Amino acid sequence: MPDGFSQRIIYIIQNYWLSFLKGAGVTMVIAVISTAFGCLIGFAVGIVQSIPINKNEHIVKRILLKTVRFILGAYVEIFRGTPMMVQSMFIYYGIPLIFGIHLEMWPAALIIVSVNTGAYMAETVRGGILSIDKGQTEGAKAIGMTHFQTMVNVILPQALRNIIPQIGNNLIINIKDTCVLSVIGTIELFYTTKGIAGAYYTYFESFTITMVIYFILTFACSRLLRIWENKLEGAETYDLATTDTLAHTSGLAGIPKNLVEEYDNRESL
Amino acid sequence: MDGILKINHLSKSFGTHVVLKDVNFSVNKGDVTCIIGASGSGKSTLLRCINLLETPTAGEILFHEKNILDKSVDVNHYRAQTGMVFQSFNLFNNMTVLKNCTVGPVKVLKNDKKEAQERAMHFLTKVGMAPYINAKPGQLSGGQKQRVAIAKALTMNPEVLLFDEPTSALDPQMVGEVLDVMRTLADEGMTMIVVTHEMAFARDVSNKVVFMADGVINAEGSPGEIFSCEDNHTLKEFLSRFRNS
Ligand SMILES: Nc1ncnc2c1ncn2[C@@H]1O[C@H](COP(=O)(O)OP(=O)(O)OP(=O)(O)O)[C@@H](O)[C@H]1O
Ligand SMILES: [Mg+2]
Repeated sequence: MPDGFSQRIIYIIQNYWLSFLKGAGVTMVIAVISTAFGCLIGFAVGIVQSIPINKNEHIVKRILLKTVRFILGAYVEIFRGTPMMVQSMFIYYGIPLIFGIHLEMWPAALIIVSVNTGAYMAETVRGGILSIDKGQTEGAKAIGMTHFQTMVNVILPQALRNIIPQIGNNLIINIKDTCVLSVIGTIELFYTTKGIAGAYYTYFESFTITMVIYFILTFACSRLLRIWENKLEGAETYDLATTDTLAHTSGLAGIPKNLVEEYDNRESL
Repeated sequence: MDGILKINHLSKSFGTHVVLKDVNFSVNKGDVTCIIGASGSGKSTLLRCINLLETPTAGEILFHEKNILDKSVDVNHYRAQTGMVFQSFNLFNNMTVLKNCTVGPVKVLKNDKKEAQERAMHFLTKVGMAPYINAKPGQLSGGQKQRVAIAKALTMNPEVLLFDEPTSALDPQMVGEVLDVMRTLADEGMTMIVVTHEMAFARDVSNKVVFMADGVINAEGSPGEIFSCEDNHTLKEFLSRFRNS
């Protein structure tokens, strides 16, 4: 082991770059997959939580809805109100005891982070749904849309604008917080670094490298997400449809020519 | 008579606040019924009950002799047959004008997309909004939005169209363009129930006027009967406010 801070860092990188890379890879895979699953959980919970309970509905349906709502509410509160490190131990050692199945490290890691993210996303989605004007829901109800159709076609596409920044936040939080999975033995970036640092007692040097890696990962992700957000903002202008543009409008390509001419020639009211 | 809607002993309370008390009236095919009355008299609540946006506390709403308040009735199926035009338009902000009109027929009625587009174009042309099919609601004026909202309701091929003060949120110069569209629809035989403060429209276009006061139907009759009423003090006072302005 050479003397001097920068020489040591170079030495560690030369010898252990592959381990760092693998650790960072595991961290990213867990963070990305779990954020995606967490979003799915969050959307599902958010949609179910926002089903209105109507007094006119059948009593069985009402009781069922209230029960489901209570369970989902408890899930959200419990997983937002306890540390993920404790949840990791709870799930990793609890599931085999309760269900009598052996839980591998990978599924355990993914379940823990997904379920945790889902709890946060559920609140975000619920807030996003509530932020949309009630008139939008009424407009959808008035043409006979079901709750699910209303959510998927009208409310969520509008709420997404408020939800996407939070998806990004959760991804970045997950990149950092996967390090708590080291308590169940997941060999991600933090666990890897601990091993390397312990070998030659180079904690400062090894964790300097890891700090830089974490920062590069989160910074790159937040930049990429910003670009994605800007793309989603969409076009702010529109073209008046004339016979020409009408024919080219993708959605209208199938409209018969005589219909287009009819509208073109006809006087409006 | 060709009855479509019959409302029997309809009542509605919000908590202890009684808003509608024993309301009865019926609508036949081709009727244009205008509902007038002071602010807070329950006009919107009545219309919203008819479309089940509010759940009535008591009474029946018969649609082709079937009580739609029965738990066995598919609410969404019924709503698809009764179009609603709101004061605040309620167009879907995330969709273009054309998509606003076709989403209902495609998703709810399961119509073929092309067929829905043809019908949408037909009605958008009718309300003079065909050139704007690619615009989003946020890019339109109030009058334009309301005309699209009417086309959106029509594309569902409803049996009855309900209007809740369709011109109240509009600048004066845009009121005319919307009323003209509604007048044309009435002439073509569309069955309509219109809550409005436009007395000239009620007088000239409707064949029945319902006057509401404090949650009850205070008077109803032909426009001639209602607007020349002499012996009803409440109605006379309400109408005098419009004569002066
Ligand atoms: N969701 C609600 N909760 C409680 N009270 C309500 C609700 N909706 C309406 N009301 C009350 O019901 C009464 C009738 O309201 P409604 O909107 O039907 O009147 P309106 O005749 O349409 O008046 P306007 O001409 O101002 O639109 C009012 O006193 C109103 O405060
Ligand atoms: Mg009203």
